[in-house]
Formats: sequence, C-alpha cells, structure tokens
Amino acid sequence: MIIFKNVSRHYKQGGRKSIALDGVSFKIQPNEFVSIVGKSGAGKSTIIRLLVGEDKPSEGRVFFGSYEVDKLKDRELPEFRRNIGVVFQDFRLLSHKTVFENIAFVLEVEGYPQKEINKIVPKVLELVGMDDKMSKFPAELSGGEKQRTAIARAMINKPEVIIADEPTGNLDPMNKWEVIKLLTKINELGSTVLLATHDKEIVNNLGQRVITLDKGKIIKDEANGRFAL
Amino acid sequence: MVTAIWRIIKYGWQGFLRNRWLSVSTIGIMILTLVVFEGLILFNHFSDVAVNEIKDKVDISVYFQSSVSEDAILNIKRSLEGFSEIEFVEYVSRDDALDIFRERHAEEETITQTLAELDENPLLASLNIKAKELDDYSSIATYLESPSLDDAVERVTFAQNELVINKLETIIDSMNAAVLLLTIFLAILAVVVTFNTISLAIFSNKEQIGIMRVVGAANKYIRGPYIVEGVIFGVIAAIISFLIYIPIINFLSPFIIRFIPGFDLSLYFSSNATLLFTYQVLMGVGLGVVSSIFAVRRYLRS
Repeated sequence: MIIFKNVSRHYKQGGRKSIALDGVSFKIQPNEFVSIVGKSGAGKSTIIRLLVGEDKPSEGRVFFGSYEVDKLKDRELPEFRRNIGVVFQDFRLLSHKTVFENIAFVLEVEGYPQKEINKIVPKVLELVGMDDKMSKFPAELSGGEKQRTAIARAMINKPEVIIADEPTGNLDPMNKWEVIKLLTKINELGSTVLLATHDKEIVNNLGQRVITLDKGKIIKDEANGRFAL
Repeated sequence: MVTAIWRIIKYGWQGFLRNRWLSVSTIGIMILTLVVFEGLILFNHFSDVAVNEIKDKVDISVYFQSSVSEDAILNIKRSLEGFSEIEFVEYVSRDDALDIFRERHAEEETITQTLAELDENPLLASLNIKAKELDDYSSIATYLESPSLDDAVERVTFAQNELVINKLETIIDSMNAAVLLLTIFLAILAVVVTFNTISLAIFSNKEQIGIMRVVGAANKYIRGPYIVEGVIFGVIAAIISFLIYIPIINFLSPFIIRFIPGFDLSLYFSSNATLLFTYQVLMGVGLGVVSSIFAVRRYLRS
C-alpha cells in the first residue's frame, strides 16, 4: 500500500519559495490502477520523485508498504527501488546496452544467476513484442519500441508497483494505445499501476481511479473518474 | 560476490569498448601524463648523475713540507679518516707524485729533461681528501689550516678553489630546487588534466548513472565499471607511453653520453625497464582509478 500523508514540497528559487506539492494525502491499495492527472507543473512528477526516493518531502510522510520512504538512507534506496518499476516519457534506456542488456541489468544488479536471466528476459521481451530486437541498441529503435523496452525493464523483476510518468507523451496514437494496453495487462497480472498523464482520451478510456492535481493540491480523487481540467 | 565482480568487470569492459572515442581520447591524455611522469623519473635520475659527476670532480689537497716524515703524514691521514664528513683520504707520497707527474708529462721533452737534471724530487707529499658533501669542505679546510698543523702543512688547495666550490654548491642547490619544483608542477598538472578528462567522460554519462540508480543498482554496480575502465585506461596508456620512450631514448642516449660520459641512458633504461614499466602502470592505474572514484562520487549522492 502507498500512503501520502499531508505531503508538501517547497523549493527555493532565487530567494522565492515555489510550491510543488501542498498538503497532499492519498492511499493506493495493492493492485489498483490509478491515474494522476494535472497540467504541467501541477505536481505529478514531484509525487513520483518522492515515491521512488529521488526527492524528500519538505513536510509530511511517504509510505510504501513497510518502507518509510522519506526516512530511507542513500544506501537503502537501491534495494527499495527494486520494488518499483518506473517508465518515463523519455524512456531513459541505457544507451550503450542492447535491449537484452537493458532488461537483464535489473536482474543482474539483484544478483540473479545468468542462466535464469537468459530464460526470463526473452519471455518478457516476447510479452511486449520486442523479442526480435533483443540485440539492438536504443538508438536503433523507434519511440514505441523504446517505450516497450522500458516497460519490459520496469516489469522484469515483478515489482509490486509500476509507475509510468507520461509514458505516452512522445508516442504516436498507435504506440500510445499499445503502451496503455501493456500497462493494463501488467495491472491484471497483479501489479499496482500508477499512471501520471495529461492525456484526456487515455484517462477517460481506462475507467479507473483518477486523482486530479492542480497547483500542487488534490482537487479530485474519484474511483471510475474522468479527466476534468 | 564472484558473480557481482564478474559482472562489474564485464560492464567496465563493455563501457570501454562501446564508448570507443571517449576511451581513445581519455587514453590519449593519460599517455601524455605518463610520458611527462616517466620523463620526470628519467630527468631526476639524469640530474642526480650529472650532479654527482660534478661533485666527484671536487676534492681538496693538503701539501706537506718536505721536512715532514711519512709517519707524521699518515698520522694526520688517520685522524682525518675519523671525521664523519670525510668520505676518503688518499696519501700521495713524494715519489708517487713524481711518478704521476712524469706519466702525465711523458711526451713533453722539456719537462722530462728538466726533471732529469734536478738532484732532488721537487714535488711534495700530499693528502687528497674527498668530503661526503660539498659544504663540508670549508670545515675540513679550517681544520687543516689550524695553528697545530701550521708547521707541517705547506699549502691547502681549498683556498684557491673555494670560490669555484662555493659557486658550484649554489648552482647544484638551485638546480636541485628547480628540478623539484618542475617535478611537482608537472606532476600536479598531469594529475589535474587526467582527472578532468576522466571527470568529463563520466559527466557525459551522468544521465546513465541516474538511470542505473532508478532501476535499483547499488553503488558498487555503478562505481565498479568506471573503476574497471580506469584500470584499462591506465594499463593501455602505460604500455603505449613506455613504447614511445624506446625510440626517444635510443635517439637521445648518444648525445647525453657525450655530455656526461658516465651516464648511458639507453643502458639505464634497458636495465631498469621492468621497474620503470611498473611505475608507469602503477601511476596510470592509480590515476585512472582514483579519478574515476572521485568523479563518479558526486553523481552517487542524492
């Protein structure tokens, strides 16, 4: 379960205080599919950064299962992050590794034996339709292929939660729906999915819980919600 | 653990091969650094030999009056040998002096004839004294010129050579200081340039480091491959810079031996090749590894 308890995040820019999140509280149950919507700068990415421990809240608490994320020390973060798979708008693949190596890397740093890695990775790549491009480098892939690789990487170690930060932002309509289909499939397989987006069509089609943010505050949190901005 | 080390080495090797241009330019800079480093070692050795060669030429002679007996001179010799500043004392008797003189001027007929006409050996017995350090000569000279030896000593050559010895001492002191300063300056320069090159190479991978962290890689998996790359850079740069020196040394050696007859650079290089190469590798690997650790550290902090 994910809990945000009265979380605020302020930044100081040129002596002025800017508010990225302002007293945000919500809970996400296991196996939920939640969309976080809002305009640019509404606080969607801040929530994700706080959740993966890339940033710390100015006030409030962030919990992930038994972890108190805001209290984690640097050396505890790698192990914690293995519980979360993240998909980014700009894919963030390791440019000097092949598709296979990008996915295998997650398992390698967790200490999986090579034999098992050689068995699991092709299966997951098959699931996202990338099994025929295993030895390609990211620069040789299209946007959609890169994102499918990123999704394969996010789900390879069966994390409890998959976070997708504007995963369709750089994709054409066809690839966009393929990515959403994959995320839905991952959710059906048992992972919680947290989707940050400002794509109205996607949110309305999903028919799942929607948390709406504006200027760092939650203005709506509805099950079976719709895009309303 | 073994698997982890193996994977870290694999990532390092892959990084080295796949960032080919970055690797080549980093190695290029490291080669320059190691060429400077090896140059400093050779130059330091060269200046040591040169200074010793010059120092070796300096000594001080004390000539005894013809009336002083050999025993008395040998007594003085023994007492001089007890001085900690003195490296050795050589006794040259009047006969020895004459022999040396004859030998030196064997081809000069006038001198040989003049000597033959003389009834008595005109040369004096002497002690040649070699001090351990240049600045010890003045204290030895002071002792030899003391009133207690006044009756026995005819003259001490130090007074005549004092100016030259003092000047030489100043030159050698400043030369040593200059070599030390140059060494420190060039060594710092080389280290800073290499560190910056590796920092820039790692800076260009900043985003990749961020990605590795987000997917849950522990720091050893991020830092380790860069250290491996640093080792590879260091070893390759050491081999190339060492090879560069072989033709340079062979070319310079005949010129240097003309300047300092006792210094055969080629021979020194070949007989110390293993040691010099080890220094190169240690310096290269050390620079590569330390630079990598420091450069990557800033990206591993939250």
